Amino acid sequence: MSLVEVDDLKVHFPIRQGVFFDRTIGHVYAVDGVSLSIERGETYGLVGESGCGKSTLGRAMLRLVEPTAGTTTVDGTDLGSLAAEPLRRFRRRLQMIFQDPLSSLDPRQSVEALLTEGMRAHDLATDKAATARRLRELLDAVGLGANALRKYPHEFSGGQRQRIGIARALALDPDVIIADEPVSALDVSVQAQVINLLDDLQREFGLTYLVIAHDLAVVRHISDRIGVMYLGGVVEETTSEQLYREPLHPYTKALLSAIPVPDPVTEDSREQILLTGDLPSPSAPPPGCRFHTRCPWRQETRCAEERPELVEFAPGHRVACHYAKEIAAGEIVPHVVPVQDSVSSA
Amino acid sequence: MSLLEVEDLTVTFAQKGERPFTAVDKVSFTVEPGQTVGLVGESGCGKSVTSLAIMGLLPKRGNRVSGSVRFAGTELLSLSDRQLRDRRGSDLAMVFQDPLTSLNPVVTIGVQVAEVLERHEGLKRKAALAKAAELLDQVGIPDPHRRVGEYPHQLSGGMRQRALIAIALACQPKLLIADEPTTALDVTIQAQILALLRQLVAGTDTALIMITHDLGVVAGLCDEVNVLYAGRVVERGERHELFAAPRHPYTNGLLASIPRLDAPRGERLHPITGSVGDNIPWSGGCAFAPRCSNEIGVCTETAPELIDTEGRLLRCHNPVALVKGEA
Repeated sequence: MSLVEVDDLKVHFPIRQGVFFDRTIGHVYAVDGVSLSIERGETYGLVGESGCGKSTLGRAMLRLVEPTAGTTTVDGTDLGSLAAEPLRRFRRRLQMIFQDPLSSLDPRQSVEALLTEGMRAHDLATDKAATARRLRELLDAVGLGANALRKYPHEFSGGQRQRIGIARALALDPDVIIADEPVSALDVSVQAQVINLLDDLQREFGLTYLVIAHDLAVVRHISDRIGVMYLGGVVEETTSEQLYREPLHPYTKALLSAIPVPDPVTEDSREQILLTGDLPSPSAPPPGCRFHTRCPWRQETRCAEERPELVEFAPGHRVACHYAKEIAAGEIVPHVVPVQDSVSSA
Repeated sequence: MSLLEVEDLTVTFAQKGERPFTAVDKVSFTVEPGQTVGLVGESGCGKSVTSLAIMGLLPKRGNRVSGSVRFAGTELLSLSDRQLRDRRGSDLAMVFQDPLTSLNPVVTIGVQVAEVLERHEGLKRKAALAKAAELLDQVGIPDPHRRVGEYPHQLSGGMRQRALIAIALACQPKLLIADEPTTALDVTIQAQILALLRQLVAGTDTALIMITHDLGVVAGLCDEVNVLYAGRVVERGERHELFAAPRHPYTNGLLASIPRLDAPRGERLHPITGSVGDNIPWSGGCAFAPRCSNEIGVCTETAPELIDTEGRLLRCHNPVALVKGEA
C-alpha cells in the first residue's frame, strides 16, 4: 500500500451572503474529486495555475482545511477518523514548508525558539543536551551555522529563511513533507540552492515529498511523478519524464508549450499552443470537461456534457480526456478557439 | 542616431543618517528604433530603477540621478516636469508589473485609455472613447464596447495587463518599457501577453525595453540582452550568441541554476553560492567576486571595466573560457 492515499477528496467552500441569515448562495469548488497516491520515498509534484486548487488540496490532506468529502490515508491511518488530539499527534509525521518564509516564521521568535516549539509540542525536547545536539544537526543539515540559533528571521536572506522553514519541518523527523511553492519567492540563483537542498535531504532522511508549485520546470526537476491540476481536478498524472516526452491532455500540452525556455534556438523553433481566454471561475466551473471552454481539441460530442474520469491510458499514465487516444494518434487536430468572454467577478 | 542613448546613468539613494546606496551604477546602453532590448537580473540588480530613471518617475527626494538619458537627441534628465509629461505617454510609455495597482480602481477602463488620447492627441471624450474601444480590441480584449464601461476589478489579471498595454500604446510611442509585465500572471496567460507584445512591436518602429528576471522570456523576445548585477551591466550580447556561450560567470551561473523543462530528469542544478548582498558593491573589487567560481586574485582588488571582447561587452577579469566550436 502506498504511504499516502487520497481518495475522491473534495473541498467546497460555501459562498455566504446576507446580514442576518447568512445564506449559502453557492460554492467555490476548490478541490473537486481528487484521487492520488504517493509511494514512500518518492516526490510527487502537483502543478497547476493559480486557482486550480493545488494548495487547498495540500491543506485538505493535512486537514488544515476540513475536506467536504473524501479521505486521506497516511500509512494506513485515515486522517478523517482521528479526533483533535490524535490528529495533532499524528501531524508530527506530516510537515509543511510554506511559500513565503518571512510570513510563515514568527518575527519575534529566535531560530532556536522556532525550531524547538514543534519539538516541545510533541514532547521531543525533554532532554536539554539532546535537544541542543539535535538543533545543531538540523542547522547543519540545511546548511546554516550554529550561530543562527540566537538570530531572528529578519536577519536572514530569503534563501536562508527558507532553510529555517525546512529545518523546522525536519525537526519532528516527519515521514512526509508537503512543500507549498517552496522556491517561488526566491531569486533564481537561490532557488537552485534550495532545490538541491531538498534533493539532498530526501536522500539522507528517506523523506517523501509532495511538492506543490506553479512552475512546471521546477516541479519536473524535483518530482518522480507529476499530477497536473486544472480547476479542482487532476487532468493528467504520469512520471516526470513521460509528462515532458508525451503529454496527453490538451491542457498539459498547452502548459508545456507556454513555459519560456532559456534557449533562443528552442524558443524560435518550437510551436506554441496559445490558450485563449482565462481560467473560468471555480465557483461556476463549466459543465462536462472543465477545460472544454479553452481546449483547442474540443469535439462536438461529450466534451461539454460529460466530465471525463482520470483513467489509465498506459501503465502509470493517467489522463482525464475523452479523446486522449485520438489526440495522441493525431486523428483530431487542434482548431482555433473563439475567445469566450467569461465575465469574471471579483 | 539611436532612439535612446543611456550613458553613465547613476542613481544613488540617500537617506538621512544612512549610508548612500547606489542602485544603478554607470549603466550605459542604446536602443535603436524597432529593437527589443532586455535588461535581466535578480532582485536588487537595479533593473527597475533604471527604467524609472529613464521615465523620470523616481521620487523627487532622497535620490540623486546623474549621467545622461537622450531620447531622439533630447536630454530627458534636464527636462522640466511639464515637458516630461508631454513626452510620457506619447513618446515613451511604460507597462508595469502589477496591473491592479497601476490602474485606477474607481475609473472605468475606457476612460483610463481615453485620458491618454485626450491629453496627447487633443481628442474630445466621445471620440477618445471610441478610439479606446478600438485599442482594447487591438490588444485582444473581447467585447471591447462593453469593456470600456467596466472597472479594473471586473477584469481578470490577463485582461488588466492587456488594458495596460492598450494605454501604453494608445499614442503609438516610439519606446515602450515593460517592467516585468508577466511576472504576476499565470504561465498560459504570460504566453498570451508575450505573444501580444511580440506582435505589437514586430514590423513597427516601436522599440521595446523588456525588464525581467526570467531568462526564458528574454530568450524568446529580445534582440540584445543586458545582464545586470549589483547595479552594473556585467555582460551584453546578441541573444543567440549570449545564450550559446555566456562568458560572464554570473550569466553562466544563472543559466546553470535554472531547472530546464527540456533537461533530462535527475540532473543536478549548479547554483551560485551565497546571495545578492546589500552592501556597497563595486568599491575595491568585483561585486560578484564573493559568489564567483572563477575568482582570481585581482577580482578582489580592482573592479573590472566593461570591455568589448570579440563582439561581446563583458565586465570580468577572468571570463568563462570559450569552448572550441562554440559561438
